[in-house]
Amino acid sequence: MSDQTHGYKVGEPIRDTKAPEGPIEDRWDKRRFSAKLVNPANKRKINVIVVGTGLAGGSAAATLGELGYKVKSFCYQDTPRRAHSIAAQGGINAAKNYRGDGDSVYRLFYDTVKGGDFRARESNVYRLAQVSVNIIDQAVAQGVPFAREYGGLLDTRSFGGAQVSRTFYARGQTGQQLLLGAYSALERQIAAGTVEMHTRHEMLDLVVSGGRARGVIVRDMVTGEIETHLADAVVLATGGYGNVFFLSTNAKGCNTTAIWRAHQRGAMFANPCYTQIHPTCIPVSGDYQSKLTLMSESLRNDGRVWVPLAKGDARKPAEIPEDERDYYLERIYPAFGNLVPRDIASRAAKNVCDEGRGVGPGGLGVYLDFADAIARLGRDAVEKKYGNLFEMYERITGENPYETPMRIYPAVHYTMGGLWVDYDLQSTIPGLFVVGEANFSDHGANRLGASALMQGLADGYFVLPTTVGDYLADVKSFGDVDPADVEQAREAVQQKIDKLLSVNGTRTADSYHRELGKVMWDYCGMERTEESLRKALERIPELREEFWNNVKVPGDPEGLNQALERAGRVADFFDLAELMCIDALHRTESCGGHFRAESQDADGEALRDDENFAYVAAWEWGPDGPTLHKEALEYEYVKMTQRSYK
Amino acid sequence: MGMNLTLKVWRQNGPSDEGRMVTYKVEDVSPDMSFLEMLDVLNERLILEGDDPVAFDHDCREGICGMCGMVINGVAHGEQRATTTCQLHMRHFKDGDEVTIEPWRAAPFPVVKDLVVDRSSFDRIIQAGGFISVPAGSAPDAHSVPVKKEDADAAFDAATCIGCGACVAACPNGSASLFTAAKITHLGLLPQGQPERDSRAKAMVEQMDLEGFGGCTNTGECTAVCPKGIPLDTIARMNADYLKASK
Repeated sequence: MSDQTHGYKVGEPIRDTKAPEGPIEDRWDKRRFSAKLVNPANKRKINVIVVGTGLAGGSAAATLGELGYKVKSFCYQDTPRRAHSIAAQGGINAAKNYRGDGDSVYRLFYDTVKGGDFRARESNVYRLAQVSVNIIDQAVAQGVPFAREYGGLLDTRSFGGAQVSRTFYARGQTGQQLLLGAYSALERQIAAGTVEMHTRHEMLDLVVSGGRARGVIVRDMVTGEIETHLADAVVLATGGYGNVFFLSTNAKGCNTTAIWRAHQRGAMFANPCYTQIHPTCIPVSGDYQSKLTLMSESLRNDGRVWVPLAKGDARKPAEIPEDERDYYLERIYPAFGNLVPRDIASRAAKNVCDEGRGVGPGGLGVYLDFADAIARLGRDAVEKKYGNLFEMYERITGENPYETPMRIYPAVHYTMGGLWVDYDLQSTIPGLFVVGEANFSDHGANRLGASALMQGLADGYFVLPTTVGDYLADVKSFGDVDPADVEQAREAVQQKIDKLLSVNGTRTADSYHRELGKVMWDYCGMERTEESLRKALERIPELREEFWNNVKVPGDPEGLNQALERAGRVADFFDLAELMCIDALHRTESCGGHFRAESQDADGEALRDDENFAYVAAWEWGPDGPTLHKEALEYEYVKMTQRSYK
Repeated sequence: MGMNLTLKVWRQNGPSDEGRMVTYKVEDVSPDMSFLEMLDVLNERLILEGDDPVAFDHDCREGICGMCGMVINGVAHGEQRATTTCQLHMRHFKDGDEVTIEPWRAAPFPVVKDLVVDRSSFDRIIQAGGFISVPAGSAPDAHSVPVKKEDADAAFDAATCIGCGACVAACPNGSASLFTAAKITHLGLLPQGQPERDSRAKAMVEQMDLEGFGGCTNTGECTAVCPKGIPLDTIARMNADYLKASK
């Protein structure tokens, strides 16, 4: 079977996700008990590679080292503590029910499945909710300084998409504090000799031999040397691919190369079109813009979002009287108001800007106004709650948000899609495990706030160490790595580097990346249509062709060459962008972060098509185009309903 | 109308190269640009002109990862207080300015290339004891040990260190005391950190010395340039803990 008009083939469905049967609350216990164990004496002889040192990778490497495996950990930064988990502001969800406000594992499970717009697996999400409570215990024991109340107990706050207070936080730096906790655990293992750390190393290919993932090819970014590292299992924790849009809230170095190479080596890529656009980011200020900065979702607790009622109203905000303002979220969604989930708030901002009512340069912004909050609570109280965010805003924009409303606009923030994994977090390549944002598993089509940190640490501290052990228990049957497989992977890496350096054209890799990002934002961004996606699918191959014939990458393969690093990443973004558009085109429904303009209800809200699309789209790579494998999603516990926040 | 600036940038092709200042003109710089975006524009031009772009470290570009860092006009991260290089914006400069840009300079931070330095000595200080030993799965319930709010808040303040190394670059002695003290303070203020408090202080201070960082003479330059405002009194706390542990 094939679909010529969409440029892909349809293959066999995926029938087994390896989730145990039985009542959902017993499944993880069952899996843990059924998992084979590795004798402690044998663990010392088993090698595991972990790529990436964010919350998922850092915690995984530390835990595997502690368990006694011989671990090699890789990151492209100068130290593992810099991974982009560090930038997460808001908090981490956990079903502790310390407030006694009716929270439970089941409620966190329910909220996450619903928030994901019924496109996540029930078994995985339930396990995530179960494990969430252990994460808080672990982090506190490590010395993570969460916010506390005067009684000495942990404080929590509310977040979008939930009616209980279950978000633990450390001021506006929760990601930083949790990552430093994982980092310190990792450094402890490095000191103990169980983990060998390789900083400033970038993974450029995966070694697959005998049908199993057996190692990685990396480039030492300081010397330029191409190195081979072999192992009995490989864990990818390399984060999301939001930088395909060039402008995103991701760190500059975040890229898709590791997971894309794994995809080309046989790991299926699931739901690549599911991207999260965060509604409250600082707008673009010029052509030189290199990245976008998020302002925490928590600001929407007290800030009111508005635009002028009239098109093209160029007056200063203070000069626009109340009755000439449109507080559009409060108007359209009276029940949730300014606190609607991210996907809904983002699209509403886009709509008012498309109507010509946006504010600031280029009309791509809306106001987030704290005047009422300051009048009600006083400036001091507002400063206590949001002071650091206001300072950050002022540092970047030069405007004082106590006096004039913030200008905000949506920006790419997170990718729910990623490499397909089963219940054990194992990809379709045996021995290749994928954790954190790099996999697709738990957030469906839309991630709730404060759930990324939860998932990264759940995967790394608790899930992976169990499931990888089950796989490694059979290590004796793996056999030797075929040197030809290593040679072939090294060759591919070397050829790509040589090619990039030899084109010697007239445009920089960054300029192509910027153009690709614009194509993706315009045609595969907040709103997608068949027409826009077809345009993108026409433009991307043209641009890729031009890139490979006209890019200019200076310098040598040896030594530090940051332009070469960037060019290699951009090359892979082209291929990923194409798959994202194919996925977005084939999914003619709207769900979560994927809004197809053709599929909306009378009020302009996203309309799912459960009859035809209640499945995970897992794409297999092929030289002649991808093949789609569907994993049907069944909801035994949470009834599928159309989301409503009105 | 943008600004025209003259940049004097440290260029050094590897650790064994002598290095030198090189002058570049940049034109039409927007006041809304970040400092690193200004360097991006310069680098794009250098690439097209066939020159080697200026190497510098950066990642999150929102002031939290700690990867960026340059000495700008003689001040680590530039003259804006409590600001990392990536969060410094060009509106703080004016047309015609001359701006010198140099790497962190300290023996334990050897130059890799241009403005990129090797800060792995910081990781080794953490390896010596900057942690609480707790294997995954062995932790008691988070509410089993209450922590006084003021201790938790003070621990948090110290824990906000981003490990950028500006403190070392600013210190006339090239001391890493503020960095080391921040971690000793963070963990030493919490009940969870007590069992290893003595051994931690001793091992971390000794590693700091072993790496070749200088001693602290209370100059206070470190805290003045610290993007997170880590207070100087953390160093007093470190010294007290170290002395107690050494008895």
